[in-house]
Amino acid sequence: MARKVSLFVPCFVDQLQPEVAVDAVTVLRRVGCEVDYPDDQTCCGQPAFNSGFWNEARPCAERFLRVFRDAETIVCPSGSCTTMVRVFYPELMGAGPGHDEAVAVGRRTFEFSEFLAKVMGLSDVGATFPHTVTYHASCHGLRELRLRDEPLKLLRGVKGLKLVDMLRCDECCGFGGTFAMKFENISVAMGEQKADSIAVTGAEYVTAIDPSCLMHVQGIMGRRKDGAKTIHLASILASER
Amino acid sequence: MSSAAQQFLRDAAAKSADLVHREIIRKNMESYDAAHLRGRSRFKDWETARRRCQEIKREAINHLDHYLLQFEEKVIAHGGHVFWAANSAEACGYIRDLAVSRGVRTVVKSKSMVTEEIHLAPVLEEQGIKVWETDLGEFIVQLRNEPPYHIVTPAMHLNRQQIRDLFRDKLGEDVADADPQKLVALARRKLREAFFAAEMGISGANFIIADSGAVAISTNEGNGRLSTSLPRIHVAVTGIEKVIPRLVDLATLWPVLATSGTGQPITTYSTLIAGPRKPGEADGPEEFHVVLIDNGRSGLLANAEEREVLHCIRCGACLNICPVYRNIGGHTYNTTYQGPIGSVLTPHLRGSDFQHLSYASSLCGACSSVCPVNINLHHHLLHNRRDFTAAAGSKASGRLQFRLWRIAMVHPRLYAVGGWLMRRGLRLLYGLGLAGSALDPMRAWSRKRAPVPLPRRSFRAQWKKGMALTGAAKE
Repeated sequence: MARKVSLFVPCFVDQLQPEVAVDAVTVLRRVGCEVDYPDDQTCCGQPAFNSGFWNEARPCAERFLRVFRDAETIVCPSGSCTTMVRVFYPELMGAGPGHDEAVAVGRRTFEFSEFLAKVMGLSDVGATFPHTVTYHASCHGLRELRLRDEPLKLLRGVKGLKLVDMLRCDECCGFGGTFAMKFENISVAMGEQKADSIAVTGAEYVTAIDPSCLMHVQGIMGRRKDGAKTIHLASILASER
Repeated sequence: MSSAAQQFLRDAAAKSADLVHREIIRKNMESYDAAHLRGRSRFKDWETARRRCQEIKREAINHLDHYLLQFEEKVIAHGGHVFWAANSAEACGYIRDLAVSRGVRTVVKSKSMVTEEIHLAPVLEEQGIKVWETDLGEFIVQLRNEPPYHIVTPAMHLNRQQIRDLFRDKLGEDVADADPQKLVALARRKLREAFFAAEMGISGANFIIADSGAVAISTNEGNGRLSTSLPRIHVAVTGIEKVIPRLVDLATLWPVLATSGTGQPITTYSTLIAGPRKPGEADGPEEFHVVLIDNGRSGLLANAEEREVLHCIRCGACLNICPVYRNIGGHTYNTTYQGPIGSVLTPHLRGSDFQHLSYASSLCGACSSVCPVNINLHHHLLHNRRDFTAAAGSKASGRLQFRLWRIAMVHPRLYAVGGWLMRRGLRLLYGLGLAGSALDPMRAWSRKRAPVPLPRRSFRAQWKKGMALTGAAKE
């Protein structure tokens, strides 16, 4: 029987980078999952939570927990939004029944590469991508979810793909949500250094598990007219030639 | 926005665009990174060492009253004096009165961040007392009349040419080729005069030890030993959170501190001082005083959620790894303690004027991943933000926007229509070449970055259009 997966598509992926979610669906279906997308989901609440407005973030969490209450497995193509659910929802909900529900839902919520590599135990998902690629280790995936090897394992399983190491691959790209707007100059300076690290690799593509990092890096590299392109891990894995 | 916040934004903008600064810091941090990595690899199990340090500090902080009283008792038994200072004024007043009553004309200081916190030097200088910073980095920034740039390496922001110029202007000697050895020799010559002239030595403390009444000082230049043993009076100034239960705890804390601070297996000079010179002893001061400073720390102690911030051993690892610190530099913070620990701590010690520091972080968590006592620094930044917006109530900036945002987020159709309108509107605007202009609501993004992608159809629209069943092709 096919494994049932409910897709959690973060709001900015839904609105600004829908191809990431489309590609995630392609991959999940290819590996035999039955994919469902509860379309009354919105935002996990992270922008408000990170800005200190926990009372404004809580209704989003309550909504999420309601929408995904009956989901067996929840998969999200973003380490950051997965972190919000698994790491921060229990704290946001405080003591009480909401807390326990948040913990339970958090245990069933997986970041996309984590789901494929750890839950499904896959390394080859049938992808072909004949390009040089370098990997940026997004902060939340790396330090909150402790995903270090999962995305690399999947990248190594892609036919034709040549993985090149990036120096300081785990240094923040400078996005940080509202930080990118509130502290524009610091964020841009951080992004420039990330773009420098990418340029040194000479790779055609830079990939990551977080679309938000890639959006920021693209913003910086696009402005500088750098050669490398950004691509989400899901899009590489969806690629068949 | 507080004026401190405005100043911060101005300084951050200037510093983060300063490519010379970026290069100096990058180079220094790279050599630190390599040393730190090597240092950690010397531990059989670094994570266990961190957890052990965390446990020691937790025990100390959770029983602070007990251990401080035990420490005081031991110091007095050794013939020393202990002064409890509730704030900066009390601490400075005690040291000033002591210096004046003993006829002190010259003070040598070994490195101490808490004396920066209480602004001790100007208080002594008002009495006509000459104050010498004897840590080389501190000596340099003192000559430049600026605060330390970093809690461990105060002059990290300068290269040797800048230091050569400074010594030439202030000390009147020109060192050929800015040779580091010769620069150090010059500073040493000047400082030796100060060491032999001083009647009072003031030090900080890396740890104060409850079961032995000793003060532990780690330095790499030996200036800590000279400052505390040559002058006839030694005053150790320390925050109350520096206490540890047992002497044996240093077996773990010393190597972990040194590794986190500089990558060394242990600091070159690890000194333990317990009281003044006793009859028959060869050296040491005639008088030994310890000034224990609260200055807002007990407020933090009362806050169970934030208490672990007091575990900090001031190693500087979180500054070194922080991409924000690396870009804006230490002085931009305009605080005694910079970097992630400063951003967490300062709003507690100095109030909401410094709350912007809690926001000046991408929450990347690199700081928490290196903290040798496992302080969850970036989560504390989130707590600071939460507490700040709660205290500011309806006046919190952004409150209205997030209330409106919340309404959209709990009504999926409103969210979908709002998203569609935003993409439509921005596409129109950007089509007219107005990205990044005053009319662009996303200008804080698009002034210095390529505009965000604006696809015609959202994922949910594509899903409704048939992807749900067939897995339709990409847009």
